[in-house]
Amino acid sequence: MNTAPSVAEVRALIVKHKRWDLAFAVIGTLALMVGILTFVALFADMLIDGMPRLNYDFLTSFPSRRPEQAGILSAWVGSTLVMLVTAVAAVPLGVAAAIYLEEYAPKNWVTEIIEVNVTNLAGVPSIVYGLLALGLFVYQFGLGQSILAAGLTLALLILPVVIVATREAIRSIPSAIREGAYALGATRWQMVSQHILPYSIPGILTGVIIGMARAIGETAPVITIGALTFIAFLPPTPISGAFPFLSFEWLTAPFTVMPIQMFNWTSRPEAAFQANAAAAGLVLLVMTLSMNALAIYLRYKLRKNIQW
Amino acid sequence: MTSTVAGIPAIATVPPIVSHRLARRHTRHIKERIIEFFLFLAAASSVFTTFAIVYILVSESWVFFQQVPLRDFLFDTQWTPLFSDAHYGIMVLLSGTLVSSSVALLVAIPLGTIIAIYLSEFAPFTVREVAKPFLELLGGVPTIIYGYFALLFVTPLLQKIFPELPGFNLLSAGMVMGIMIIPYVSSISEDAMRAVPMNLREGSYAMGATRFQTALRVVTPAALSGIAAAYILGISRAVGETMILAVAAGMQPNLTWNPMEPAATVTAYIVQVALGDLPHGSIGYQTIFAAGLALMLITLFFNILGHLLRKYYRQAY
Amino acid sequence: MVATPIVEVTSAANPQQSKVLKAEVVDLNFHYGSVQALKGINMPLYEKHVTALIGPSGCGKSTLLRCFNRMHDLYPGNRYEGRIKLHPDDTNLLDPKVDPIEVRMRISMVFQKPNPFPKSIYENVAYGLRVRGVSKRSVLDDKVEEALSGAALWGEVKDRLRDLAFNLSGGQQQRLCIARALATDPEILLFDEPTSALDPIATASIEELIGDLKNKITILIVTHNMQQAARVSDFTAYMYIGELVEFDATDTIFIKPKNKQTEDYITGRFG
Repeated sequence: MNTAPSVAEVRALIVKHKRWDLAFAVIGTLALMVGILTFVALFADMLIDGMPRLNYDFLTSFPSRRPEQAGILSAWVGSTLVMLVTAVAAVPLGVAAAIYLEEYAPKNWVTEIIEVNVTNLAGVPSIVYGLLALGLFVYQFGLGQSILAAGLTLALLILPVVIVATREAIRSIPSAIREGAYALGATRWQMVSQHILPYSIPGILTGVIIGMARAIGETAPVITIGALTFIAFLPPTPISGAFPFLSFEWLTAPFTVMPIQMFNWTSRPEAAFQANAAAAGLVLLVMTLSMNALAIYLRYKLRKNIQW
Repeated sequence: MTSTVAGIPAIATVPPIVSHRLARRHTRHIKERIIEFFLFLAAASSVFTTFAIVYILVSESWVFFQQVPLRDFLFDTQWTPLFSDAHYGIMVLLSGTLVSSSVALLVAIPLGTIIAIYLSEFAPFTVREVAKPFLELLGGVPTIIYGYFALLFVTPLLQKIFPELPGFNLLSAGMVMGIMIIPYVSSISEDAMRAVPMNLREGSYAMGATRFQTALRVVTPAALSGIAAAYILGISRAVGETMILAVAAGMQPNLTWNPMEPAATVTAYIVQVALGDLPHGSIGYQTIFAAGLALMLITLFFNILGHLLRKYYRQAY
Repeated sequence: MVATPIVEVTSAANPQQSKVLKAEVVDLNFHYGSVQALKGINMPLYEKHVTALIGPSGCGKSTLLRCFNRMHDLYPGNRYEGRIKLHPDDTNLLDPKVDPIEVRMRISMVFQKPNPFPKSIYENVAYGLRVRGVSKRSVLDDKVEEALSGAALWGEVKDRLRDLAFNLSGGQQQRLCIARALATDPEILLFDEPTSALDPIATASIEELIGDLKNKITILIVTHNMQQAARVSDFTAYMYIGELVEFDATDTIFIKPKNKQTEDYITGRFG
């Protein structure tokens, strides 16, 4: 039974089928365009609404009842200090956890539980971290609604990002490097600290930047712990004139951050405040996008440069 | 042979001469163990975090449920915890979450899947290299900015089509949330598709299949569990999203299935309470933990489902 | 090494009674980007015979095979020069105007590693027909049974056609892939080292199958195993770094090759 169609029939069939190829290529391009155009619209919207308000005074003024005098000084200082705490807490903890999981962890149920946990934490909604921090940091530990509490909250939030990125960086180092170090008599820690860590720094950095970009834009958990929306003063400076010249009083100070300031202005009905929101949003957007772009660029460079 | 065997005891009787560094291996061993212990503690911190989340949510909710029966919590159709005639029907908040998430997924799943198939199977190399970082940036935009965009750009736009649409509504918030979720769906789905071995595609092309046939009949089924995991991540993002809804959908509890109405979600309610100043330990304060527990249970369910699917998908090849 | 590849088929090289030309490779050059992988190949392919391509790894035998169904079109930067004429209609398979899909609908392929689709056994075999727009159940049922029988697999799987193809053994998977290729009645069947991932017993069953199939279909097979070439093929082409060194009846190649280099390779002194 030979039902093979003739060459002419085959050709007609192919023409018919290839229409679907073309149709899908068009649909796919359109879908991609929806994403990209939304991004462009969002950026343009921020730019048009916020650009007129963006000037030196806006960056150096406190929020105010009068929209044209309001600025984001306390917000960006607050964001910077919170990020400092977040980085100091999340980076060592995340890198150490990743090193343990990649280089030390035995294959047993404890490790399995930790692995499942890291994956699960990455999927926990950010507001739940806010509730955790409200119950634990603010009330149980008595940290209050402080920069320290906010920084630690965001550190927990980005911990999975740092761990996953570090693990990937470590995993990409070939085992020959490890064997080479061991063959010279290195202990495990010597091998890790002198070889694995230095070689995985670019990868770790990429993960840290992405994590920090996420933390700086997070609003919900910081609101949940009770950050104030109207702060017209700065936290105490970390450097003091008298001995010991370093002060940690700022850690316990009340604060606000960029996204909360933006949220506060967005929810005001006056158009003038919404222009302030757009201007704050523009600053925030440029900050997060440049951090993300830097991370993408670093990863791209990394793939190009390293050929194990 | 015999000479070697005979030689061994002779060597063993001579005291071994080794370097002093090896002689100090005991302290070195202890130092190594201490380092390992600290690294273990760091890794275990993730488990502590989970325990802390569960402890806080459950202990605060426990107090709450001693005053509000679980039956009322689940089946009451009003949510007015701050009124004198207090009702605690979580259904009201869940309806907002459900409607906004459905709108978001109706946007994100089709578009995300199409983009993934297009980028993995159709797009020329340069298009993929440009589009992927762009999508990644889309996923990196802070959600408060999406909230602003939904409230002050998308809603006015939609009001031109539906003049009766209120300023706060689930539709606009849901659509923008959908756009926000696209990168999560598309990048994980695309990874799953690209993990499909080339020889499977070759097998299909060798049968005379077109690109579209290969993508739809071979690559997509082969990557199905990975794609499903991407959808589940999208769902849990949508359910847990807060700021877009708090800004653009309003904070008014409203039991509704209509996306054209304003309604508070579980997450928006938590924000609303946190913005006010409820005294620590009051029932109003505890409602947010009960709401958080409900949220956590929903996302946990989806996360576990996603984990199982990913595990299955790793086994496939 | 060899100045010009000489291809000649003497009448003495005819092991079977009739010899009809099915396809003809004419002055074929192939480039992967800037690397020339095939150089001036000329070779005939006879209908309902098995032709084997042998040679050391990297000689271009798989590259040549994959020219026949334009698999190289899937990857950017590949370039063909010359022709592969398919008889009786004299279509040049490599003509850019000829759609590679049309070529692949006429010429099917079985791969080195069994690559069943993540579908049921039935759907795997029916795939080629579905791709061609056949959806009538009775037609599909008939063709699936016919193809599975043709691949000597029907008896083993007829009670579990709905099972996932991954559950079959390696040898069964490869026979399933052959059935999949047979179901669409191809004019030529290409085999790219079809047994290299299989154990000796599965290999024997595939070789036996190839012996049966050649009564119905033209076969081109790449093999790294000279004994296999000797066992299954009627004609053999020996290739070396992109050139066709010698083409002749398999018996001639293995018993009295004309070229010294072929002889060295056959006898294991080289390669």
